[in-house]
Amino acid sequence: MTSARKRLAGGLLLASIFFFGSVNDAQAIPAFARKYGLRCSACHEAWPMLNYFGQKFKDNGYQLMNDRDSPIWQNPSYWPATFRITPQWHRDSSDKVAVDQAAAGQRQITSTGFDLSGLDFHTGGTLEKNISFYVLPSSNPSGSFHFETVMGRLDNLFGSPWLNLKFGKFELDNLVSEKRILTLTSISGVYETYHFIPVGDGNIFGRIGDTQLGVEWMGHSLNDRTRVSAALLSSNDGNVMLSNGANSYSGFFAASQAFDAGKLGVQRIGAYAMIGQAPTTYFTQGGGVTVLNGAIGNKSFHREGFVGLFYLGKLDFQVVTQHGWDNAWFGAGYGQGPPFNNGPGVTLPPGSRAPTWNGYLVETHYVYSPQLIFIQRSEWERMSRQALPTNPSNLGNIDMYTFGYRYYPIMTSRAGFAWHNEYSWVRQQGMAPDGFALTNSSLLLGFDFDF
Amino acid sequence: MRTNIREWSLLASAVVLLVSPCVCRAQITEYQQHQWLRMESHIGNLTGHARAAEMDYRRYCVGCHGELGDGNGENAPWVDPKPRDFELAIFKCRSTPTGTLPTDEDLFNSIARGLDRSNMPQWSTFTKQMRADLVAWVKHFSPRWQTEKPGTPIQIPPEPEVTADRIKDGQAVFQKVECWKCHGVTGKANGPSAATLTDDQNRPISAYDFTEGARPKCGDTDQDLYRIFMTGLDGTPMPSFADNIKPDEAWDLVFYLRTLEPQKSKEKEIAKQLGLKPVAPSTAPAAAPPQ
Repeated sequence: MTSARKRLAGGLLLASIFFFGSVNDAQAIPAFARKYGLRCSACHEAWPMLNYFGQKFKDNGYQLMNDRDSPIWQNPSYWPATFRITPQWHRDSSDKVAVDQAAAGQRQITSTGFDLSGLDFHTGGTLEKNISFYVLPSSNPSGSFHFETVMGRLDNLFGSPWLNLKFGKFELDNLVSEKRILTLTSISGVYETYHFIPVGDGNIFGRIGDTQLGVEWMGHSLNDRTRVSAALLSSNDGNVMLSNGANSYSGFFAASQAFDAGKLGVQRIGAYAMIGQAPTTYFTQGGGVTVLNGAIGNKSFHREGFVGLFYLGKLDFQVVTQHGWDNAWFGAGYGQGPPFNNGPGVTLPPGSRAPTWNGYLVETHYVYSPQLIFIQRSEWERMSRQALPTNPSNLGNIDMYTFGYRYYPIMTSRAGFAWHNEYSWVRQQGMAPDGFALTNSSLLLGFDFDF
Repeated sequence: MRTNIREWSLLASAVVLLVSPCVCRAQITEYQQHQWLRMESHIGNLTGHARAAEMDYRRYCVGCHGELGDGNGENAPWVDPKPRDFELAIFKCRSTPTGTLPTDEDLFNSIARGLDRSNMPQWSTFTKQMRADLVAWVKHFSPRWQTEKPGTPIQIPPEPEVTADRIKDGQAVFQKVECWKCHGVTGKANGPSAATLTDDQNRPISAYDFTEGARPKCGDTDQDLYRIFMTGLDGTPMPSFADNIKPDEAWDLVFYLRTLEPQKSKEKEIAKQLGLKPVAPSTAPAAAPPQ
């Protein structure tokens, strides 16, 4: 046998092994799928991102509304829990990092290696018909846990889908959900648009992508075509013990309408707004230690945006545009606490003004099959008014691009498993040690699994 | 020579391993394509195409109904009641006489309505076109759709005004056709035959419990209840009474059954005023079982 034949035989064997491995069904999935016997693809365009049916399921309080939602109908051994973690290899690079050993004081730093994501331990579901809960202890990669989500829900009050209450710590009613994001690199794991604040800004409270503490009313039509919600939140960005934002509140409002576009699918457009106040003055003791729960001097901020989910058969686009505005005190760095403390006699720097900016997000998915999805996202954050007129007009502007794919070799109602490959690139103006643009990139290959 | 044989065997094995699943897939595809994949559905102005639903079926339905539509999806062993076997083309919720195929619209409505107290959810989030395509896909599984036409939908006369007499007459019908044998004298699904009921696959099946307040599987309007008496639920022990009771009697029965439900209703109020007692099985007149 010639070496060419050997290579051919070896290649074919490898191909056949890969083929069988890829089509072989394995048994294993998360809590809701196990409870209802539905494949993850029924609720997820590609997990964890919800599709329209999954959104309706969530809006109904994790219920199919088939009169078998109460746990009394489950086998007593059923426990609604699932965990998710992503072992991975990644390469992260930053083109300008301040280092002592570099002649110019800065150099490119690139790191590669095998690593872990944090662990999410989800448990949720119904306690009784129309009463549900969700608890999500979540860790960082080193295993330090916090409560990412903890909430109780009362759904379909008085038999109406327009009366649903949520209480605790939860994700805001974002149609484009950061907590169900399909991109996982160190750059793309959050939406820049939801977290952006101007350079030097001290407002840590208006981060729409973070889970927040509060109460939410949500209503929807029976088929979920129309959705509205309003939430009252503590202005502390989800941090417990009122460590920030004691006695200050924010509101988050969202509304959307979906349309039946025949063969193209269901299209949805919506709008949202976050309007709030947060403190800029913290009481201190013992030489600068912040007094817990002692914060006053509320200043205002707001974010408002439009969102669209557009489907063209296998291709879909998620579009978000958002405008942001922060009070000039936030723009000057006040809000996150000492040393920026708005105390007696403190004044804003000359010429300070309220910073404003606009964000744009377009995420595209091509769903080749429920088991293979290609993802691309572009985000642009643009300052429209700097807090200080002396700042360059483009200071802090961000360009972010990411693309990748997720392949799910198995698709059952017992477990979720994805092979995730992705490359991300981001540039932010004025953030390098030399005052020019800072560019970062990240490549990730990993197993994302959920059981 | 021996080395050569071993190497060629290795190559042949690899080719067989790689090609065999493709051949199987090709056979299935050819079978379906040539026979049934051109299936269409027609609902109003919509035309559904089976091919267009393949991905949606795989995404939403295959876990229960299976790749072949035979109701043997991976979840079937854990699901009760069992998923429908599309190969048999026997459906509970129809507007057509018993034993006949349902209309496309019947299947279209079932997909959106779901089947309460089963694992079949309300797929009302689908576009109408998606549902129409899925109806065509469901039809492509059974040869019956190639050789038979759907039955003619039954006519439902206008609903009369509910009166005390009609409720009393309805109770008499309930007694006459022996609904109580399965559904119980109070509608609690605890009649003497309830424990022995099986479906057409000989699997145990429960009678509908009117006192639970749940939605009947095939719709909860008065018209839906009327339709259920007259068409029966094929594949279950619930027969069609189209040959046994007159349309007026069917309406009377609808009104009487409303008195068994926990929800407030005009019928329930009238029954209360009448002091209506449950039927007494021992005095119930024997009736010939429906054919």
